[in-house]
Formats: sequence, C-alpha cells, structure tokens
Amino acid sequence: MRHGSRLAFAAAVMLAVAACSPSAASSPPGGGAAGSISAKIGAVLSLTKGAAVYGTSQKNGLELAVKDVNAKGKVSIQLVIEDDASDPQQGITAFNKLINQDNVVAIIGPTLSNTAASTDPIAQQAGVPVLGVSNTAAGITAIGNFIYRDSLTEGQVIPQTIKQAAAKYSLKNVAVIYGQDDAFTKNGFDVFSKALAANNISVVDTETFSKGDKNFSAQLTKIIGLKPDAIVASALANEGTAIVSQARQLGFTGPIIGGNGFNSPAVIKNGGPAAEGLVVGAAWNSASASPENQAFLTAYQAAYGAPPDQFAAQAYSGVEILAAAIEAAGKAERDPIRVALATIKNLPVPLGSFSFTADRDADHPPVIQIVKNGKFQVLQ
Amino acid sequence: MNIPQQLFNGLFVGSIYALFALGYTLVFGVLDVLNLAHAAVFTLGAFFGLVAVTTLGLPVWAGVLVAFVGGGCVGILLDRVAFAPLRRRPDTHFAGLISSLAMASLFIAFVQEVFGPQDYVFPPGTFPDVALEIAGARIQLIQLVIVAVSVGLMGWLSWLVQRTRFGRSLRAVAENPRAAALLGIDVERVNAQTFFLSSALGAVAGVLLGLAFNSVAFDLGASIELKGLAVIVVGGMGSLVGAMVGGLILGLTEVFAVAGIGSTWRDAIAFGLLFIILIVRPRGLFGRPRLRRD
Repeated sequence: MRHGSRLAFAAAVMLAVAACSPSAASSPPGGGAAGSISAKIGAVLSLTKGAAVYGTSQKNGLELAVKDVNAKGKVSIQLVIEDDASDPQQGITAFNKLINQDNVVAIIGPTLSNTAASTDPIAQQAGVPVLGVSNTAAGITAIGNFIYRDSLTEGQVIPQTIKQAAAKYSLKNVAVIYGQDDAFTKNGFDVFSKALAANNISVVDTETFSKGDKNFSAQLTKIIGLKPDAIVASALANEGTAIVSQARQLGFTGPIIGGNGFNSPAVIKNGGPAAEGLVVGAAWNSASASPENQAFLTAYQAAYGAPPDQFAAQAYSGVEILAAAIEAAGKAERDPIRVALATIKNLPVPLGSFSFTADRDADHPPVIQIVKNGKFQVLQ
Repeated sequence: MNIPQQLFNGLFVGSIYALFALGYTLVFGVLDVLNLAHAAVFTLGAFFGLVAVTTLGLPVWAGVLVAFVGGGCVGILLDRVAFAPLRRRPDTHFAGLISSLAMASLFIAFVQEVFGPQDYVFPPGTFPDVALEIAGARIQLIQLVIVAVSVGLMGWLSWLVQRTRFGRSLRAVAENPRAAALLGIDVERVNAQTFFLSSALGAVAGVLLGLAFNSVAFDLGASIELKGLAVIVVGGMGSLVGAMVGGLILGLTEVFAVAGIGSTWRDAIAFGLLFIILIVRPRGLFGRPRLRRD
C-alpha cells in the first residue's frame, strides 16, 4: 500500500515535470504586427548583494535602450529582468526560468563572469543565444557557439593599459594588490602579471584582500615601504576606491593603475581628490564625440539624473546589438538570432563601431583613461 | 618594515573590532542569547550617522550621537520583537538566533531598499583632513579620535557595569534573572536597557568604521560579522574585558600576518591564532565557569 502510493506519487511528479518542460516543437512565437518584430528578451543581472552596484547601472542602461529601440518601430522588445543576487546558484535558477517558463529568444547577462561560467552552459544546451554585456574573464564565449559578449575582455584591455602607462611613467618596479576570492579580480591579476612581464616591469610585492574588506592599511603600508613606481590594483569598485583613498592617506603619491572594476563614476565621486592620477583601461570612452554616444549620454542623464558608467553603456549597446540581429534575422527566434549576431559588422553604438570577433568576443579598440580634475580623460 | 605604522594600523582596526564586540558580548553576558542582528545594527548605525551629517547637515560629533541614540532604539525594537516573545520558551537560544537573523535580514533589506547598493561617503571636510607623523607612522587625526572614542566608550561601559546601581542590577540579572526578579529588580527593564546599550555601541562602531574608511554601504556589517563573533568567543563569552582584549589581538594579528607573512594568509593566521587560544583556554581568555543554570 505504502509502496503503491509512493510509486503513484513519483509517477505524478514525473508527469508534472514533463508537462512543464517545453516540448521541442513549441518554439517561442516570433514575428509581431506589421513592420515590427516583437521579441521577448531576458536579462539576468546582479541587482542585490556584492555586484549590485554594477547590476543597477546595467538595468538602467537596458531599460533606456529598450525604450529607444521600441520607439524606432522596427523591433518591439519585451524585457524580462531577473535578479541573480550576485550568486551563480540563483543565476542558474533565473536562466532556467527565462528559458523554460518565459520562453525568451535571447538572454542578456549575467553581470558577473563568475556566474556566467555556471549559467551559460545551460543556455548553450537549450539553444538560447546569450549576450554578455559585462563578462570580462577569459573563456566565457568558449562555452559554446550561442555565447556572445559585447564587453572587451581583461585580456584585451589590460595589456594596452600597462603598455601606455609604462611608456608614460617609465615604470620599472610596481607593487600589485588584488582580490583573491573573486574570479574577475583574480583573472585581472593574472592578465596584469603577464602584461607586466611582457613590458619588463618587475613586481616588488604582491598583496591580496578578500571581498568586503574595508581596511587595506596593512597591505598598503607594506607596499609603500618598498617604494614602487606605481601600484597596480585588480579590484571591484568599492574595494578599489578604498584602496586608492587609503594609499593616498598613507602618503603614496605615484600613479595607481586599475582594472575594469575601477570603471565607475563612483570611484571618482567617492575617492575625491585621492582618485587623481588613477589610470584605468576601459571599453568605453565616455568622452567620445560620436553621435550615438552623445545621444546616449544626454538620454541617460535625462532619465536617471546621473551620468552613465561603462556598464550602462555596454548594456545599452547590448540591446541595440540584439535588436540589429533580430532585424537582420527577420524573425525573433533563437537560432536565427544566433546566426544573425555573427553578421554584425561596424554597428554604430555608444561603445563605438562594433563588430564581433570570430570567437564571438567584442572587437573594438580600448581607451586608456586617467582621472584628472575629477574626470576620466584620455591618457596622453 | 614600518613597524610603528603597522602597530598603529593594528591598534586602530582592533579598537573598532573591540567596540563592536563589546556590545555583542554584553547581550550574551546578561541575557545568555546571541544577537545575530548586531552586525545589521552596526550597518544601520553607519547610515544613521551618514544621514545626520549629509542630509541634516549636523556636525560629525552629533552624527555619532545620532547613531548612538538611533542604534539604541533599534536595540529596544530588537528586544521587543525578536527576543522578548521567546524569552519563556525552553528553546529560546535557538529561536532567538533565528529571529535575530530574520531581523538582520529585514534591516539590511530596508537599508538596501532606501539607499541602494552603492557606496556612500561623508562630504569632504566632514572631518579636518589632517595627518600627523608620529615615530615614522603616518596617522590621520580622525583615526586618533576614533581610537580615543572607542577607548572612552569602553571605559564608560566598564564604569557603568561595575560602579553604578544600574550595573548592579544588570549583573544580578546576568547571574540569575529569577532571583533578581524576586529581589525586586525589573528584569524586563534591565533587558531592554541592555539591548539599548549593546546596540548603541554597535551602531557607534559602525559610524566610526564608516568615517575611518569613508565608505558606508549596505554590506558594511558583513566584513565584521564573523570577526566580532570570533572575538567574543576568544575573549570569553560575556566578558567585557575579553571583548576588548580579543578585538585588539585580532586587529594586531591581522596586520602583522599581512606584514610578516603575506596577505593571502591573513584570515587563516588570525583565525588560527584564535583557535589556538581556545585550545589552551577553552572558555576564552577571560571566560569564567558558567554560573547561570536557569
């Protein structure tokens, strides 16, 4: 009796699961009203916990872009945003929901490379194109042919940053500090190390810290005692700002060179005068005079009352790239969008003239910036 | 190695750990429950101070005062909502852990809803930007003031507990709440006062940390949560002196682990040392055998 009911229960569960998962035939509906292709697109962003500062910015960028794209009338996007709470586990849940329940035709995100490494294989298997708009770690697009990104990798930006900084400041010895418990900052450190070696710059000291640290005085005291020409930091915005401020408090006056995590107006705003002389390589030149960029700056400022950061620019561009692909495909279906993405060439977006590499990574030149008079300016 | 600088770095961060742990251990010592919302109160305190200084334009000392009073009121709320309803139940320890954890999540969710995820800073000039050179160490004036405020508050709390009438009833309740009630002490009142004091100190520690590193965000408490717990265990659960000494030891160990061995090993060494202390002294540095058996 007990066995029987248990079996019946198991069978019921299996039936329910089978009923819930979409059959192969029920591909999501595409093609909308005359002239406009309607497409349901998912986005997985870190809106809470550690990376929330980036996710919030991305959400603004996405929503603004959807409004602008829909206003043009060629593609009509319905955006479904899910929060992954900066956690790969929740990212997986969000991907599964978007793919199986919302039947989206493409997914933007997730915010963190860490999360992307867990979530993107799911999309690859389900045959849903993914466009990363902030993943900069190596190997993300190697997950499969459905995975694209419009964000330059650390491997594309950092070597250029070190090369230009080395020439400008004739660097010989530097000290490095990086976050050891995060895939993004650790990967940044690896790329920095390679770039430093390639430019014959020796590393006098390497220090680490952990996520959420507020106090870096012990590491920085040690570094400053060794009198390096510059400090190289691979950190996220909050820790990065604290590192810069505390290094200046402890009397360090040389240049500080940062990775992608420093690409946020918050670093300048919160760092104040301490941020002066900070050198950061970026995927987006905020001062670019291109009409797409200027229009984006104006629209963003009007919508949110604050200037956008690189993450908003990449998110905004991501929606425009997807919209262009949907338009090129002529229908909002998963596989045709993937095919059309590869054909994107020299598309004018706020990031610049945008193309994908053969490996589905972003292809456009980085810009090396320095903080001067409270603003990111191009390093010359 | 710049030893005077590192020594000061350690004392400085240690004094903030100590102040945080002091409030943490006070509740445990008197009520025999762990208040896991203490780190959330720490974060709230930092935001109280921030709002007082930035939005209301108050001077920085008033910001600290606002954090003290605001934090204290949150403490009373905590007591009433999370702990008092469970007090008579046999599983009050575990139920209290869960309910305080729930309150902590509520507080942090509230902060994130109102302030968002970004870092806030105090406006420039909140505190005179003066650096002193003392024996080769570069010390910010604000750091000195923070150490002084921390030490002052610790001294004040010790005086309060050891020398005042309130302190006597507090110690009586800590020893045995039932006997204290029989002697005419209003136990519920003492409980509420304990929570007020504990949370006020936690909140002040929060605003001081925010001031020291000029950074206030919803995850401020996350960096100190576990360390505070470790400090009160090592100091001896419920021991005020233990919390102070434990905080300073942790601060100094962290700094010298970084300076002498390497930052990768910082937490491993700091917590390893705490572990060794516990092996040698299972009740912590200043822990006493348990007296309370109610």
